[in-house]
Parts: sequence; structure tokens; C-alpha cells
Amino acid sequence: MAKVKSLAELKAMREKLQSNLDLREKSNDPDSMVQVKVAMATCGIAAGAKQVMEHMMEKADEMKLKIVFTQTGCMGYCHAEPTIEVKVPGKDPVVFGHVDNKKADEILSKYVLNNELVEGIIPVNYETIS
Amino acid sequence: MVKLIIDNRPVEVAEGTTILKAARQAGIHIPTLCYFELAGMNFENKPGGCRVCVVEVEGRRNLAPACATDCMEGMVVHTNSARVLNARRTVVELILSDHPNDCLQCEKNGDCELQALAKRLGIKEIPFKGTQSTYKKDCTLSVERDMDKCVMCRRCETMCNKIQSVGALSAINRGFNAVVSPAFEEHLGDSSCVNCGQCVQVCPVGALTLVDNISDVAKALADPTKTVVVQTAPAVRVALGEEFGMEPGTIVTGKLAAALRRLGFNYVFDTDWSADLTIMEEGTELLGRVKKVLNGEKATLPLFTSCCPGWVSFFEKNFPDMLDYPSTAKSPQQMFGAVAKNFFAKKIGIDRKDMVVVSIMPCLAKKSECAREEFAVNGNRDVDFSLTTRELAHMIKQFNLDLNEMPEEDFDSPLGSSTGAAVIFGATGGVMEAALRTAYEIQTGKTLPRLDFTEVRGLDGVKTATVDFNGLGVNVAVCYGLANARAMMEEVRNGNPRGFHFVEVMACPGGCIGGAGQPYHHGNSDIIRKRMEATYREDAGKPIRKSHENPDIVAIYKEYYGEPCGHLSHEQLHTHYYDRSTKVEVK
Amino acid sequence: MTKIKTHVLCCGGTGCKASASDQIIDEFQNILKEKGLQDEVQVIRTGCFGFCEKGPIVKMLPDNTFYTQVKPTDVRKIVEEHIIKGRKVTDLLYLDPENKQHVSDSKHMGFYKKQLRIALRNCGFINPENIDECISRGGYEGLGKVLSEMTPQQVIDEITKSGLRGRGGAGFPTGVKWGLCAKNKADQKYVVCNADEGDPGAFMDRSIMEGDPHSIIEAMAICGYSIGATKGLVYIRAEYPLAIHRLQVAISQAREYGLLGKDILGSGFDFDIELRYGAGAFVCGEETALIHSMEGKRGEPTFKPPFPAVSGYLEKPTNVNNVETFANVPIIITKGADWFNKIGSEKSKGTKVFALAGQINNVGLIEVPMGTTLREIIYEIGGGIKGGRQFKAVQTGGPSGGCLTTKHLDTAIDYDSLMAAGSMMGSGGMVVMDETSCMVAIAKFYLEFTCEESCGKCSPCRIGNKRMLEILDKITKGNGTMEDLQELRNLAGVIKDTALCGLGQTSPNPVLSTLDNFWDEYVEHVVDKKCRAGVCKQLMHYEINPEKCIGCGACARVCPQEAISGEKKMAHHIDNMKCIKCGACHEKCKFGAIEIK
Repeated sequence: MAKVKSLAELKAMREKLQSNLDLREKSNDPDSMVQVKVAMATCGIAAGAKQVMEHMMEKADEMKLKIVFTQTGCMGYCHAEPTIEVKVPGKDPVVFGHVDNKKADEILSKYVLNNELVEGIIPVNYETIS
Repeated sequence: MVKLIIDNRPVEVAEGTTILKAARQAGIHIPTLCYFELAGMNFENKPGGCRVCVVEVEGRRNLAPACATDCMEGMVVHTNSARVLNARRTVVELILSDHPNDCLQCEKNGDCELQALAKRLGIKEIPFKGTQSTYKKDCTLSVERDMDKCVMCRRCETMCNKIQSVGALSAINRGFNAVVSPAFEEHLGDSSCVNCGQCVQVCPVGALTLVDNISDVAKALADPTKTVVVQTAPAVRVALGEEFGMEPGTIVTGKLAAALRRLGFNYVFDTDWSADLTIMEEGTELLGRVKKVLNGEKATLPLFTSCCPGWVSFFEKNFPDMLDYPSTAKSPQQMFGAVAKNFFAKKIGIDRKDMVVVSIMPCLAKKSECAREEFAVNGNRDVDFSLTTRELAHMIKQFNLDLNEMPEEDFDSPLGSSTGAAVIFGATGGVMEAALRTAYEIQTGKTLPRLDFTEVRGLDGVKTATVDFNGLGVNVAVCYGLANARAMMEEVRNGNPRGFHFVEVMACPGGCIGGAGQPYHHGNSDIIRKRMEATYREDAGKPIRKSHENPDIVAIYKEYYGEPCGHLSHEQLHTHYYDRSTKVEVK
Repeated sequence: MTKIKTHVLCCGGTGCKASASDQIIDEFQNILKEKGLQDEVQVIRTGCFGFCEKGPIVKMLPDNTFYTQVKPTDVRKIVEEHIIKGRKVTDLLYLDPENKQHVSDSKHMGFYKKQLRIALRNCGFINPENIDECISRGGYEGLGKVLSEMTPQQVIDEITKSGLRGRGGAGFPTGVKWGLCAKNKADQKYVVCNADEGDPGAFMDRSIMEGDPHSIIEAMAICGYSIGATKGLVYIRAEYPLAIHRLQVAISQAREYGLLGKDILGSGFDFDIELRYGAGAFVCGEETALIHSMEGKRGEPTFKPPFPAVSGYLEKPTNVNNVETFANVPIIITKGADWFNKIGSEKSKGTKVFALAGQINNVGLIEVPMGTTLREIIYEIGGGIKGGRQFKAVQTGGPSGGCLTTKHLDTAIDYDSLMAAGSMMGSGGMVVMDETSCMVAIAKFYLEFTCEESCGKCSPCRIGNKRMLEILDKITKGNGTMEDLQELRNLAGVIKDTALCGLGQTSPNPVLSTLDNFWDEYVEHVVDKKCRAGVCKQLMHYEINPEKCIGCGACARVCPQEAISGEKKMAHHIDNMKCIKCGACHEKCKFGAIEIK
């Protein structure tokens, strides 16, 4: 390990290292951030939820979006797996069904970024799962 | 200067003055217990531990120890407010509550500073009843320890570590069980202790006392089959009077001889006589070594004196690699013993076994010295018992005598005559001065223009001088306190950069006059100073002031030893040193 | 590349380690591997979470699920349910003692709600053995800032302005202390971190060193820069092996990164740190005693002045600060004094970490803003008294502190208010007591500790405390007199007034505060020969209440002395001549029939 030679170097190093701790930093105050919950029960996994989640995490990083991704249990919409719940601060959570990579990109770029509606919302009297 | 108010009196003192000293200046005497100072002699014990000297300083949350608190501008101090008096009394009561109530049987009865303090505060009762700490009792040949009586003043520890650098004593354990002890509670005799006894001299209570040999001597005196010979050291005659209410510095040589005679000693001799003999031997040895070096031969320089048994023990324990530096001449006590038991016994026609030699010494280490194996012939010691000045005073009293009422008498012959050079052995620098007087005249063959070498006199811990021996500069050093001696030894070990030829070392503050067997000075260095003045007064009044001019010394070389450092004197008047370094064994 | 979706934070502090947190971590790693999840889940061994009562703690991120009292055997379930299926393992969630509901997120737990973690900011959050995690949290940026943007005097001014006071107990303003040391010229100065945490029950310093060692290193270097010292020493008790290990790891990592050593961050400033081990003597928390101990001398205090700022370690100017004090420094530098001094009370700024213990539901390490009330700490964070019993007293400040009562519950605690109430902040020990505690016995307990830990140098502490202890012992055995109480008060006053160091001067506090606040209890012991809490064995006996006894015989069966007799289904009876007051029957009886009289 080369020595850190200045404050600027130290700060640059922090920038670089920070992503490792992002997940923890984000969890300090999740309510101020966009939260995405991916239903990851057997049905969800079978439908490809895991792959979609990973794709979405990468995409969010690319887009420099601060999003807290969590896995949750079955939301009860097995017919529409993979399902994800998106909660934008100050708004009610919204559940999307049949989310594939393409849909995921759309959710991020339209709903999260620009607050545009995206097809595939499951409209329900809905209470979030904890 | 700092201005403050103590007990409503304005006081002005130099910056850095403690409240204790400022108060003394104003005639206010705050009691102390742990605090101990030898003013002008570089010894101060100020742990601030006993808390007897606490005073109230206005604006301060708690009471302040006067001994350790410096005066500040505008300070308002109360030394006798109700709060202070209650605290002080309570603290002393607490100390007494962990102290055996055996004053009547205590060695320090009458000399005890705690006793005096209790009396001064008018303590009639100790309200606290509780456990008392108890420890193993322990003794060496010189020092007795009864730590049940220890008040944790730490004076002995400071003396042992800072002044003597012996490092035998330090505080161990915690809380109520804290006590001063050798490491691992080993016997003091197994420690690095050199028996200098200065811990005893400074102990305020009876925790550290001397090993009392009065009964041994009394027994010998009562034994009609024994011829009991006594010798008395130079420093005794300038201090003994204090035990009989005389002013410090009173010279009692004649009364001392008279008292010893009345105690029943068969021969009352003088260690001063053998001090003159020591000068002959040691001076000759010095000149021998110097001459060798001048001739380009190898010789060990500087020569260190070897009169002081605390010092001898110290270098044997700490500098086993330098045993060839000190003079091989025995101390005056042991020279006397050797002459008495070899020469004098024969002269009066008795066997050495029927002679008992007693020495009166200002010293505790002498008790250990006379017990050394090399100073005995088939188990018969050259000096059988060594008593201190204090023990002699007790003995005189026990024998119903008062020194004040003694007539002036002379010592017996032939081991009783002495010169001024011998008298000054008692003070730091004295051996050096005595040796210079003789060595100069022998070396140069000339008469000294002046006898007083004032440059080696006085109470400085280390003194150095260069003496002109007719063109040859002789570099000398004089030190007391074994920490100073240690520094000197280390300097010599590191190549003797100052080129010393001759070094005098005495273990005790001020030399033998401040010895551990002398009357307690309780930290008053003026007492030591007055003893020193008396020593030089006695010297100045002597008709003969150079050892080599002592007719009895001249005579004994003619009659018995032949010449200084000759064959017989080597056999009887010189000794060997041994590696006695204390090794730490990991068990 | 697979993305890490979950972080498992597992407490690796001494307390949780003792409850097998190492095995829990191993188990996580094994099972995750078995499930092929090792690349998706990161397991991190962190420092202490503070909620030691419920340890070992496992925290799942990002959803903040807080699992308590996890056993190695629970790990499979957590992996299979929580990680794989996204379902929380309800059994392991914290159960709110009030409403009996499981709480999943630590933010909603009473224990954490009122806390503000500054000194503990990284504890339980980062892996303390990974400097990168520390750096990504902004670690060493405070040091970088002072070295590149501030003069030493500016640093001292900033710390002074922040109002930070010594967290070791006395509350001396830290900036002023630094300033005093900076002023003295010397060829060598030292920064010393006092990590000799000695208060019984206090473990905040240990937790900080275990959980965030880099904050101490950074702070010491900042201090070194400001006072002109190039050497730092951490005096740490050898009983803290984990803290020692973490510090050693952190120091070597910092050296590797050039954050310790020569020319730090290219500034030309040199600073390095060594550890010095203490044997755990309480008195060595006193700075002069600590310095003597580091020098290889007997650990005992000396009179001040001279202060260490003038003549300290090896007689060189030395600045000694406590671990928690240092832990506050870097963040004060990065966030600024103005941020810090808005937190806390008027004269005590920032937060204080307390070790909450005793008869309270939530035991652990907490950090609250200065000025929080005792009531908030005891009832909200601490979750109230155990078993629904009555609050009686709270002891703050360890053996140097005092016992406060209900009347002090609404005191906003800071250095000054605690002092005014007859106690002190100390290093932050806080022991809560209920009616089952005897206040005389409590005073005796603390005094026993002080007697044991006194260095024995000064007479009031060495002998006075022993005598006080003997008097208390007499009282608890029923042999006390009213004169004893008087003597106790006088002695306590004199010791406070005359002892040499802080240990001695504060040692009578537990006695004085209980005499002040629980005088009745003392009088009961002395006059009525009664101990209302039933703690002093010589002053109590057990009796069976015939109204409540159903004669089940359970008490008789556990009695080792066969002192209990009675017919089946009839009220039993205790023979007090035989009874040794072991209390076994009292504990055994389900009906509360055995009463302390």
C-alpha cells in the first residue's frame, strides 16, 4: 500500500471506497431515499427476481441514483412475479408486476427519476410489508 | 517576590516558596510528619502524603498541603481555622489508629516525631478502633525493620533511592496494606541494601531502628576473664554531647574518655590513632599508584578511599568490575581491631580470644563491617562489637552516669594518641585533607606551606580540586551520598575524563558526622554543620596535625610493621574486595 | 459481477464475543457459502452496538433488522428466512417490554430513540480492523484538515470553542488543557491517551477502542500537532486484550497508509503512537499516577502542580486525555466547533456515553446529549426498572460518585448539575437501584472498592477509608451507634478535604450522598437494627406468611439447613435458629409467602 500523501488524496480515496459502505450509509436514513423492495420468495426467485434486482442495482449505480434495495418475502402477487415495490419519499408506495430488465430500466428512468407513470402498477388497497 | 497573608499576617517571600516555609518566616510553625529536609544538602522528601500540614487557602475547594503548595500572589492562608484543626487532628488520629501503642517499649521512645506530634496536638484518645496492619519483622546486622510502625512518610525510600541510589526500599502493596519494603518482601539483608542506615536516621518513628548491641557489650564488661578494649571514632566526640543536652558542636573528647573508663573498659583507645595509620597506608598506596603512572607503568587510578563500610558494600554490590579501584587499606575501625588483637594483645601478653574489642561509631554499617568473615581469625573477630553514638549515650545513662559531670581525661597509650588529621576523618573531605597533608610531604619532601585544604571542606555533595604537588597537579574529588558516588564511579568507568587521581567517598550526608548512628538530627542540617565546625576546631587545636608525625604511628612502624604497605601491613592492615552483586533470580 | 445486497453486521465487542459472536460469524460464512451467497452478502465484524443486555447483536442491512440474543444455531434460520426469502425471524426481534410487540428496526426501539451517537458514531457500523471502512466514513479527514488548513493555535481554539470537556470525569476543558501544554517549550512532548478505564461497570472506552480505534489515533495525532508533540502513548490496561489487538491493527494500518509516522499527508508533521500496558489499577486513571506507571514507577499520584502539561512523562510536557474525549475530537474538527457546541447543555457540550447497569430493563452502553434527564435515561432508554419494581436510587460516577434519588430524576445531567447534586459525572458509570438495594450496603460496596484501589500514599485515603469501611461494616452487622454515624460524616468530610488525589478526595462521595439522601435507612440500621431491603443478613430474617403459604413444601426441599417444617397443604414455618439466611426458600416460593422481616 502506497502512503496517502495529501488531504486531497485521502478524499479521493474516500470517494473510491465509499461505495463499499453505501449500503450501510443508506440504511442509516432509508426514508429520505427511494426504497425498492423486491419480492424474493420462491415464486419471485423462480420468475427471475434475483436477476432483475441485480440488474436494477447496477443500473441505479450507473444513473447515480441513491436507492435502497431490500429483499422482502412474498407480496402475494404470485401471478405477477417478479414484483417490486417502489417508495419515493413523500409518496405512497407503488407495486409493479412482471418486472423484467426492460421494465426495471423504465421504472428507474421514468417513475423514479421523472415521476412519470409506468404501466404495470398493481392497484390495490395496499399496506407495505415489513 | 510574592505577597500573601498567613493567619492575618502579611508575608512576603520569594517566588517558589512553599506555604510551609513562608509560614516559618512569619513565626508560624505548621506541624509536619512526612516532610523532611536537610537544607543546603540537597535532600528533600516532599511526597505530600501524611496530610498533617494541611492549611486552608481561601477560594480553594479543599485543604492544601503546606509543604507542597507554593505561595501565590494575594493568597490568604489560614493555618489554625476550625476546619484545619479538625482535619489535622483527625488525620493524626487516623495515623495513630494504625500504629502500635507501645511507646514505652519502643526504641524511638522520646525521639519519635509521631509521639511529639500527638503530644503537640494534645491527643488523649484515638476515636477509631480498627484493624492494624502487621508485617514480618526483619533485620540485617545493622538495621531492624518493624513495619507495623511505618507511617508511610517515604523518607527512607527517598533516602535509599534518591540520595543513596541503593534502591533497596520502596513502597509496595496498595491501600491499607501499603508499606515500604524491599522488593517481593525479601529480607533486607538479601536486597541491595548496603547497611548505610540512613533510612534509620530519617525514620520519624520506630519502624526502622538500629540493631542494639548494648547488652553484648555489657556482658563482655561484666566478664572478668575478658580484657575489653574500646576505640572511639572521630565523629562521636562532636555529637555525643547532644544526647546529654549539650549544644550541637560541643566537643566532648575528654569527657568521653572518662565515661568509657567508668563504664569499665580496660583500655580506652581512639580510632583516631588508627585513622592516622590509615593515612600512612592509603597515602602510600596512592603515591605508589601515581608514581607507577608517572613512570609509564600501568596502575589503576583514581584511588578511592575505603574507610566507609557503606560505600565498600555499595561498590562490591554495584561495581564488581571495578574492585581494583578502591584502596585495599582497611577502615580505621578494622585497622584498630587488627592492631589490637595482633600487636596489642601480644604486647600485654594475652590471647586474642580473651580480648574483646568494642568500637564506638557514628555508623550502622560498622556493625556489619566488623562481622565480615575476612575480619576474623578462626571466628574471632578483630572488632567484636560496634556500638553507635546513640547506644553509647544510652549505655552511659544506664550505668547511672551523666556525661555533663565527667572530668576531662586522656585516652590510654599506645593506641590513643592522634593528630588533627585523624580528627577530621569525621567530616566529608577530611580523609582527603588528611591524606593530602601526608602525601604532599612524603612525595615532595617539603613541608606544607598551609595545612588547611579549604577547597575540600564544606557540605557540598561533590567537591573537586587540583592540588599542586610541587609541579605535579593532583586531581581530587570528594563526595558523600552514594548516588554521587555512583555517578563518580560511572564517570571513571567511562574513561575518567576529568583525570582524577584520588577520590574520597562517604555514604552519609556530610560524612560520618551525619552518620546513621549519630544522635537524630531530625532534618536540621545546622546540627550537621555545627558538628563539622567542631571537627575542624578540634583539628586546629591539636599540636600535631599530620598523620605521619604521630609519634606512636612512627613507633609502631619501627617496632612492628616496618614500613607502610610492607609485608606485615599487607597481611594485617589491608583487605580484599569481593563481587557481592545482588543477582535477581527468577524463581 | 454480483452485487452485494445485504450486509450482516455482527457485534465483535468483548461482551458479544463472550456470548459466541465469533461462532455466529463463522456460521454465517459457512452457511452463506453453502447457499452460494458469499458474494451477495457481506458479513462484518463490528464494534459494540451498546445494547449489551440483548447481545449478541446481529444487524441486517439495508433494512435495519435488529436481531438480539442470537445463538450460532439461529444463523441457518436467518440465512434461509431473512436473506433468501426476505422474511424476518420474529423470534429474534427485540420484544418491547411495554407493549409486548416485536420491534424490528433499532430506530424504533426505546433504547436507541433518544440516543445521539457521536463518540460511538462508528461503533457497530464499521469493521474496526479495516482502515478503508474508517476512511470511507471520513476517517483521518480531521487530521488532514488540521495539517493542511489550520495552525496549531487554530486547532486549540476550535477545540476550546467547541466546549469539549474531559470525559474521564473531572470535565476540564480540553482545549484549555491543550493550550497549557502547547505553551510549554521542550525538545519532546507527549500525547497520552488514558485508556485505563477503571470504574467498575464502565466500558465505554473499551468499546470505542474496540469499535473505532482509528478515531483515537486520529485524535491523538491532531492533539500532537496542536501541542507540538511527535509521540503518542496509549496507556491501556492489559485486561483489554481485544482493544489492544484492535489498536495494534489500527496503528499498523495507519502507519502503512502514512497516517502515522514521518511526514504525515505530506505536511512535514511526524507523529507515532506506542501502547503501554497497565495492570489495571484504578488509581492509574489519575494522570500523574498514570504517568508514573508508564515510567515504570509505582503507580501513585503526586501533588499537582507541577501539572503534566509542564512536567509529565519523563518530565516532559505531556497532555493526557481520556479515550472518549479523544473520540470526539476528529468529528469536531470536520464538522466544526459550532456544530458541536449546539449539542448539550449550557456548560457541558456534546454528548456523554454512559454504561447503564443495575436493576434496569435495558442494560448497555448509551450515548445521549448532555442535559438529558435521569428520567429519560432510566425510563425511556433504560426501559424502566426490572420486574416493575420501584426506583430507589441511581449511582453515577462510579466509586467517586454518589447516589441520587427520585428527587433528582428530572435533573438535566451534566458535569455541573451532577456535582451540585452531590455526585459526579465520572467516566459515566450509571447503576440503577430499586427497593431491593440497601443503601448502606451500597456505600460499603463502593468503599470496599476504593479501599482496595487506594494507592496508600496519603493517610486520609489509606487509613481513613479503611476506618469508614469498618464503621459501615459495623452498621450493616447491627452494631452501629449514632456516634458512628457522626464519626462517619466527620471522617468523610476530612477525607474529602485532605486526600492527595482525586481518588481519595471523591472516595467519600458514596457515603456522603447516601448519608444525605438515605439518612433514614442508616438510622434504621443503627436504631431499629433493621435493613428494609433485606440485604444486610444480620439485620433480617425470613418469615412465612401463613395467609399466602399453600403448604407445597418447595421451600422445605431447597432449605440446606432443614430449617423449614410444616404439614403438607398447611402453612410452613421457619426455625430462625437453624436458618442461615441463604435466601434459597425466598427465591423458590412462587407465592411470595416467604417474607423478609
